[in-house]
Amino acid sequence: MSSTNQTIINALYDDDDVLLSGVKEVRGKGLEIQEVYSPFPIHGLDKAMGLKETRIAIAAFLYGVLGLTTAISMTYGMMIVDWPMNIGGKPSFSWGENMPAFVPIMFELTVFFAAHLMVWTFFFRNRIYPGAKAQNPDPRTTDDKFLMEVVAGGDHSDEDIMALLKDTGAIEVSVNTAEHD
Amino acid sequence: MFEFSSRLKTISYVLILIGAISVGFSFLSGGGHDESHEGDHATMHDDHADHASHDEHSDHGESHDAHAAHSAHGHDHDAMPDTDDFTYHKAASRAIPENNHFYSSPSHHDAEHMHHQIENKPWSNLLVSSFWALALGLGALFFMAVQYAAQVGWSVVVLRILEAMSGFIWIPGLIILIIIITGWFHIGGNHVYHWMAEGIMEEGSANYDSIIAGKQAYLNGPFFTLRAIIYLVGWVGAAYMIRKMSLRYNQPGVDYSKNWIKMRNFGAGFLVFFAVTSSTSAWDWVMSIDTHWFSTLFGWYVFATMFVSALTALMMIVLYLKGKGYLEEVNDSHIQDIAKFMFAFSIFWTYLWFSQFMLIWYSNIPEEVTYYMARFGEYKGIFFTMVALNFLFPVLVLMSRDAKRNRGFVFTAGIVILFGHWLDIFIMIMPGSVGSNWSLGLVQIGTLLGFVGLFINVVFRNLSKAPLMPENHPMLVESKHFHQ
Repeated sequence: MSSTNQTIINALYDDDDVLLSGVKEVRGKGLEIQEVYSPFPIHGLDKAMGLKETRIAIAAFLYGVLGLTTAISMTYGMMIVDWPMNIGGKPSFSWGENMPAFVPIMFELTVFFAAHLMVWTFFFRNRIYPGAKAQNPDPRTTDDKFLMEVVAGGDHSDEDIMALLKDTGAIEVSVNTAEHD
Repeated sequence: MFEFSSRLKTISYVLILIGAISVGFSFLSGGGHDESHEGDHATMHDDHADHASHDEHSDHGESHDAHAAHSAHGHDHDAMPDTDDFTYHKAASRAIPENNHFYSSPSHHDAEHMHHQIENKPWSNLLVSSFWALALGLGALFFMAVQYAAQVGWSVVVLRILEAMSGFIWIPGLIILIIIITGWFHIGGNHVYHWMAEGIMEEGSANYDSIIAGKQAYLNGPFFTLRAIIYLVGWVGAAYMIRKMSLRYNQPGVDYSKNWIKMRNFGAGFLVFFAVTSSTSAWDWVMSIDTHWFSTLFGWYVFATMFVSALTALMMIVLYLKGKGYLEEVNDSHIQDIAKFMFAFSIFWTYLWFSQFMLIWYSNIPEEVTYYMARFGEYKGIFFTMVALNFLFPVLVLMSRDAKRNRGFVFTAGIVILFGHWLDIFIMIMPGSVGSNWSLGLVQIGTLLGFVGLFINVVFRNLSKAPLMPENHPMLVESKHFHQ
C-alpha cells in the first residue's frame, strides 16, 4: 500500500472514544492514516477512517450460488442417477418431484459454502495464514490499548504531527522506524 | 405533531366504501355464485326432496346419493387432481374409523357441502381480510412488547407508529368475533367452521363425525367464543396499557426511568400471554376450519405471517411519514434495520411454511396429506404464486444493503409482501371453507382494500393524537444516534 521510505508516526491511545475523535481530527487536517490497531472492533471507525466499503457481500452471494449448485448436482448425481432412491415411498426417480427432500441439503450447502469461503477470503485478503508475521507494531494493542499509524509528510513537519497527536489525547507518540511493506 | 392530511383521509374513506360495497355485494348475492351454480342448486334441492325427512342443515349423511346425482349431471368439481391417490389413501388408512366425513367425502364436494361452501363465500372472504388486518395490528403489538421487554434502544423513534398500529386490533377482532358467533348460532349461512355443524358431535346423528366429536372438549361454541373474547380483551387491553404508559413520556413531572422499568415488566408479561394466545388463536380461527387436520407448528407459521406483515406495514408507514417530512429522527440506518427485519422474517416464514409442508409431504400420511392435496389441486396457481411472492421475491429483492436503503424499492417490495401474505391467509382459509367454489376477483380484492382503508384511517388518526416522539423516553437519545 505504501512505500518503504515513508515515515510513520505511531500514536497510542487508551480509550476507543478518544481514538475515534482523534482519527476524525487527524483526517480533518488532511493527514493520511495508514492503519489503526485495536483489540476489538470500534463502531463507526471504518467510516471515520474513510475506508472503502467491503465487497465481501458480493463474494458471499457468489459462494452461496456455488453451494446451491453443488447441492443440486450432488443430490441429482447421488440420489437420482448413480443410485436411484425411493424417497418417502414415492419412487418417481426424478429430481423435480423429489425436490422437497433435497431442500435441507440445498440450504445447508448454500450456507456452508458462503460462510466458509467468506472466512477463507477474509484471511486471504488480510494475509492471515499460519506462520504469517505479525503486522502489529505494538503488542499492547492486543490487550487494552489502541494505536493509530499516521503517514508523515505533506505540509506538516513530523514535530507538528506529533504535537497534534498529543493534543488529540494520545498517551504515547513515537516515530515508527520499523520497515513497512 | 402529525397531521392526518385530508387527501389521505379521503383515500381511506374511498377504500372503506369500496370494501363496504364488496362485502355487501358478496352477502346480497349469496356468495357471488353465478347462474350455472343456481342450476346446481336446483338439482341439489331435487335430490334432497327424495330424502325429505331431513332439514337442509342436518343431512350430511345423505350426501353420497346427492353427490352421485350431482356428478351425473356432468359437474365434476373434484378438488383432487389424482383420484387414484385418494383411493389409495383411503384404503391404506386403518387409523380412521368409518363414521366420519373423511371416509364418506374426503373432498367435501357432495351437494350439501357444495351448498354450504357457496353460502360460506362471503363469510370466509370477510375472515381472510379481517385476519390479515388483525395480523398487522397484532404483529405490531408483539414487536412493541419485545422492544420494551428487551429494553431496545434503536427503535424508540418508531414506537409511536407501533402504538398506533396496535390500536387497530379491536376492529378486525370484533369482526372475527361476529363471524364466530354467527357461526355458532348458524346465522346467515355461516358454516366456515365445519365442526359447528348441528349433530356433528352427537352419536347417532346423520351428521355424526367421530373424529370431530373427539375434539369436543376444545372445539365447542361456548368455550370457543370465550377464548376469542379472552384473546381480544388481552390484546386490546395490552395495546391500551402500553399506549397509556408511553404517553407519560410526554407529560411533565413523571419518573421516566421508573415508567420505563414498569413498561419493561408489562411488556415481558404480555409476551407470555401472547406466546400462548398467538398459537391458540391461530388453531381456533384458522386451523379448526380444516377440522380433521392438525399441525403442531401451525401457530408459529401463522405468527410468522403476522410478524412479517406487521413489520412491512411499519416500514411503509415510516416511509410515508418520512416522505411527508415527519420523523426527522429516523435515519437510513433505522430504515435499513426495519428492511432487514422484513427480509429476515420473510425467510423465517419460509422456514416454518416449508417445515410444515416437507414433513407432511415426506411421510405421506392420509389424514395429514389431504390438507396439501386440496391446495395442490384447485388452488395450485395461488399456492405457488404465494410462495414466490413471500419467499423468492423478498429474498432476491431485499438482499443487498443498497436495496434496503432505497426507499422506493423497499416501499414497492412492501406492497408485494403484504399482498403475498394476504394470499397466504387466503390459502389457509379458503380450501377448508369453500373448497372448489373459491374465487379471487373484485369482491375479494375490494374487501382487502376496505380493510386497507380502515387500517389507514384508524392508524393515522391514532398517530395524529400524540407527538411522534416519546420525548422523555430514556433510550430516545440512543435511538437518535443510531448508525451502522
